Amino acid sequence: MPKVTYVEHNGTGHTVDVPVGTSVMRGAVDNNVPGIDADCGGECACATCHVYIDAAWQARIGTPVPGSQEASMLSFAAVAQPNSRLSCQIEMTPDLDGLLVRMPEGQH
Amino acid sequence: MSDASARVVIVGAGHAGGSVAALLRQYGWQGPITLIGAEPVAPYQRPPLSKTWLKGGSDLAGLLLRPNSFYAANRIELGLATQVTGIDRSGKLITLATNDRVPYDHLILAPGAHARSLPLPGHDLGGIIALRTVADADGLKAALRPGARLVIIGAGYIGLEAAASARVLGVNVVVIEQAARVLPRVAAPPLSDFFQRQHAAAGVRIVLNVAVEAFEGAHGHVSAVRLSDGERIPCDAVLVGIGAAPNDSLGRASGLDCGNGIIVDAAARTSDPSIHAIGDCTHRPLPLYHRSGRLESVPNALEQAKQAAADLCRRPPPTPEVPWFWSDQYDVRLQIAGLPFDVAETVVRGDPGSQSFAIFHLSAEGSVQAVEAVNAPAEFMAGRIMIARRTRTVAARLRDVSCSMRELAS
Repeated sequence: MPKVTYVEHNGTGHTVDVPVGTSVMRGAVDNNVPGIDADCGGECACATCHVYIDAAWQARIGTPVPGSQEASMLSFAAVAQPNSRLSCQIEMTPDLDGLLVRMPEGQH
Repeated sequence: MSDASARVVIVGAGHAGGSVAALLRQYGWQGPITLIGAEPVAPYQRPPLSKTWLKGGSDLAGLLLRPNSFYAANRIELGLATQVTGIDRSGKLITLATNDRVPYDHLILAPGAHARSLPLPGHDLGGIIALRTVADADGLKAALRPGARLVIIGAGYIGLEAAASARVLGVNVVVIEQAARVLPRVAAPPLSDFFQRQHAAAGVRIVLNVAVEAFEGAHGHVSAVRLSDGERIPCDAVLVGIGAAPNDSLGRASGLDCGNGIIVDAAARTSDPSIHAIGDCTHRPLPLYHRSGRLESVPNALEQAKQAAADLCRRPPPTPEVPWFWSDQYDVRLQIAGLPFDVAETVVRGDPGSQSFAIFHLSAEGSVQAVEAVNAPAEFMAGRIMIARRTRTVAARLRDVSCSMRELAS
C-alpha cells in the first residue's frame, strides 16, 4: 500500500499507509495524525485540511485548477504558499507512494 | 484532576464524541477511554445523510468518521447500541439500560440532539420519517423511488437538502412551511428567495403560510397530509424536518446547570468539575457575540471536542473559532460564517438573481457579524477572517464587486 509522510509544524513526522482511491486528508484522519482538522469531512467547504506539498512532489501533484472552489478557499487560508493544497482534494494513486506533505502552523 | 491515567467515559458516539476520543489520544491521554453510543454503528458523519447518502453516492465505510479498526488500535473501548439511563454524580458512575454501571473519573457528555416531532393525529403512521441517523436516512432512501410522492414538513436546511436530493432521484416533492418564506429562522430574506427559486425551477412545489393539521393513512401507512387551509396532499412518505432539541435529559436529571441545553464554559466544562459536555447538547459561550446559545453544527462539535480534550490534557485552549455552516442543494454550495446578531445593516454583494452572490451582515459599528455566501468561496473565507478580526468595513465597498475580497479583508 502506498505510504504518505505527514510532517507536523513542529517537525514530528508520521508515515502511514494510505489506500489507493482515498484522499490524503482521509489518510491523516484515519491514522489520527495531528494537524489536519478536516471539519467538513472532505467536501472542500472549510479549508482545514491545508498542507504544503514537498518540492519533490509538486510537479506530480500540481496546483489547484484556477477559479476552482479549492483555489478560492486556499487563497484565503491562513499562511497559504504556492505549494499549498487542500488534502481532501488529492486522491491517492500508486505513483504517489512516498508522498511528503507538511502542515501549516494552524488550520483556523 | 491532572492524572492522565484516569478513566474517561464519553456518552454519545456522534461527531463530537468520536472526535473527542481521538483527540484525547492525539493529545497524549494515557488512561482508559470508553465511548458509548446508542446507535449500532461507530461514529459517522451526519451531513451527507441528506445529500450524497440519499442519492446513493457513498457507502457506510465512506460515512464513518474513522475506520472500525481505529478504536481498538487507539485503545478506545467502543460500546455501541448501548442506552445510558442515568448519571450518579456522587458515585461517579453512569448506569446503562442493562443495569450495568460504568465508573468514570471524567465524564464527557456528547449525546447530541433529537428531531422535534409533530404530535398531530396520525403521527405514528408508517412512512413518517425524521432525519437524524443513518437508519432514518435508509428509511427515507427506500421511499425515494422515481415517481414516488414525498411531502416534506419544514423548509429548514435538512428539509431543503432532502428536497434537492429527492428531485435528483425523480421524486415528486412538496415542501410545507408554516412561515412566509423558506429557511425563515436561518437565512436572510434574499437567500430565502434565492433557494425558493432554485427549488421551484427544479420542480419542487413549496407551500408557505400553512400548517399541517393531520396525517391520513391506509393500512397503517401514511397516505396524505391535511393542511390548515383544507388542502389534502396525497403522498407515499413524509419527512418531518422541523428542527432539533438538545438531548439534555441525562444532564438535567443529574442536576447539571441547564439552559437551552447543558450549560458549559469556554473549555466545555459543565457545573460539575468532573463532567464536560460538547456538541449539539450544549448551551455554550459565543465569545465573538458576547452572549451564549446553542449551535447545531459539525464545526461546533469539533471545536468543543478540542476544548474538552485540551482541558483534560492540560494543553493550552484552542483559538476560538468563528461558527460556520454549509449546505449543498443541486449545484449550489452555501457557506455561512458567523451569526447575525446585532445587525444594523445587510449588504448584498453580487446579483442574487445569478448563481453566485453573498450577503454580509454588519453591526452599527461596521463590523462583519455574519456572511452568507452562495457559490462564493472567496466571500466566505474573507468574511470568516473579517468576523474573527472584527474588521470594520464600509457597506459601499462591500457592495462594490470591483473591490476585491482580498482588499476588503486586509
